[in-house]
Amino acid sequence: MNTRKFEKKDMLWIGLVCVLATLPLVPGMIGNSFRAHVLIMILLYASMAQSWNIVSGYAGQVSFGHSVFFGIGAYGAGMAVVTYGLTPWPGFLAGAVLASLVSVLVSYPCFKLKGHYFAIATFAIVEIFNRLFMVWDWVGGALGLDYPILPDGWKNFVWSGTKVGFFYGALALFVLIFGIVRWIETHRLGYYLRAVREGQETAESLGVNSAAVKLSAMAFSAFLAALCGGFFVQYNYRVDPPMVMSLDMSMKFVLITILGGVGNFWGPLLGAAILIPLQEYSRAYLTALGSGVDLVIFGIIIMLMMIRQPKGIMGILEEFGSQGRKKDREGGAD
Amino acid sequence: MSTFVQVLLDGLLAGMLYALVAAGLSLIWGVMDVINFAHGEFLMVAMYLSYWLGFLVHIDPIVSWLASGAFVFILGVLTYRFLVSRCLGKAAMAPLLATFGLSMFLKNLCLNRFSPNFRILQTTFLEGKKIVLGNIVIGLPQLVTGLFSLAILFALYFLMKKTRLGWAIQATAMDREAAELMGINTDRIYLLVFGLGGACVGIAGGLLTSYLAVHPEVGSLFGLIAFLIVAMGGFGSILGALFAAVLIGLVEALAGFYIAPVFKYVAVFGIYLAVIMVRPKGLFGW
Repeated sequence: MNTRKFEKKDMLWIGLVCVLATLPLVPGMIGNSFRAHVLIMILLYASMAQSWNIVSGYAGQVSFGHSVFFGIGAYGAGMAVVTYGLTPWPGFLAGAVLASLVSVLVSYPCFKLKGHYFAIATFAIVEIFNRLFMVWDWVGGALGLDYPILPDGWKNFVWSGTKVGFFYGALALFVLIFGIVRWIETHRLGYYLRAVREGQETAESLGVNSAAVKLSAMAFSAFLAALCGGFFVQYNYRVDPPMVMSLDMSMKFVLITILGGVGNFWGPLLGAAILIPLQEYSRAYLTALGSGVDLVIFGIIIMLMMIRQPKGIMGILEEFGSQGRKKDREGGAD
Repeated sequence: MSTFVQVLLDGLLAGMLYALVAAGLSLIWGVMDVINFAHGEFLMVAMYLSYWLGFLVHIDPIVSWLASGAFVFILGVLTYRFLVSRCLGKAAMAPLLATFGLSMFLKNLCLNRFSPNFRILQTTFLEGKKIVLGNIVIGLPQLVTGLFSLAILFALYFLMKKTRLGWAIQATAMDREAAELMGINTDRIYLLVFGLGGACVGIAGGLLTSYLAVHPEVGSLFGLIAFLIVAMGGFGSILGALFAAVLIGLVEALAGFYIAPVFKYVAVFGIYLAVIMVRPKGLFGW
């Protein structure tokens, strides 16, 4: 049994290395096509979902407030470029640090709440931030910030004629965030997070400082979500409050992770790899049926998924896996 | 002074309507511990039904609330039977996310079919009628809607406290297994609760059409406010919901008038957070 487990894990790592090795070749094949856009979106949304997964999957604190941190990151980069005429890089950092601070300040009181009460409090926070940003002239108000035309390149993090640069940017973000989460998962903090999720009182009785653990998970999560926000605004050349700080955006963090498999390392990637192409292609090709069809389909998929297996695609894969294992065991008994 | 009274009255009437919207959600939450995320969209569906009945066959909202109530009752029953009952007890957030999927489905289906345009009924029975008391003006549509909501709410309260059905619902809410051992068909109770919750919001939506324009996004804000009211009033408490709803209506009206219209929801969500920090399970929760 033990040896088999190791083999499976090794296979996974070899597969991952192979995929990563071929990824740099991808832009040459896809160029500046719609496929490149879809690929970038998959990497971005997988990274976003993974950042959410830290606090909501591993630590079990289901937050609907992540669009606030995402938005702060987006505004960090946007204001660095538009308001102050700098490169976006200091904006990325400032946005991420600020998002982290805001997340700790906001979550500290909210972590006292349990279950649905916590979830609804995070809704309220999104709405407050959304409405404040809508009327706050310093950040551009309801009109938002529009990027000026800038020379292409890594310095400004914009490319007008090609998507290859954005692809590498998204890939870097993806590797960074998945790497950090893998590190957290296999180190002390990851075990603490799961302990708090499975039973806060029990974890506390064993000496885990659950408040500190949850807050640090939230800070990590917000920091990474803000980096994704920075990328998002660079990719879209503009930012306004409904685009980044809305319940719909928050729900994307939640749904992708849930669809893939919450609290699972590969869940966010699986969820994004399935939902994002579906969303982008149905948006592009079903316009003849009128607006909103892509989201109608989205809604149906979510409903079916929740009925079939709330643990997401990873849950379904596990079902198959356990069936296979059962057969193995039965075969061995013969 | 009279402006202050005017603002208070407006807030109070809005609060009564919010209470009816929230009561349906509160009932479902209290009995089943499920958040119906599609609650706002139920309201939107009711409003569209009432609008089309008024527009196509000239049935006034003052009558057609019956139809929208019945329609959303059925919608609620179907939602429970085919969606919620199938993900109950699987994962904590599964019903919430499933009903979120339903809300996306309903909202965008209406967007697709009826366009994002704002639609309002032009010649309703109550339209433009008002009561004038000195400097204070009360629109009759708002007044009738508010008082009617209050009446339905009291009927619901009576149903819960004084009838055998209400006792059965309360028993199911307290302990599902014990209620089953007492011979209560709890699955049937859940079905009925989802229907009743839908009927409340359906009636509210039907009445609202007499003065509010309907569009696919109309339910989102009402739904969100209903979540706040329920969480603020406390787990499944109808009186708590009424109290919280009036509080929210007043805060909304006062902040909208005395601070700035754009800040009214900031104030609403802010007061919610303030209350929930002091009483994490709501005003009337335990």
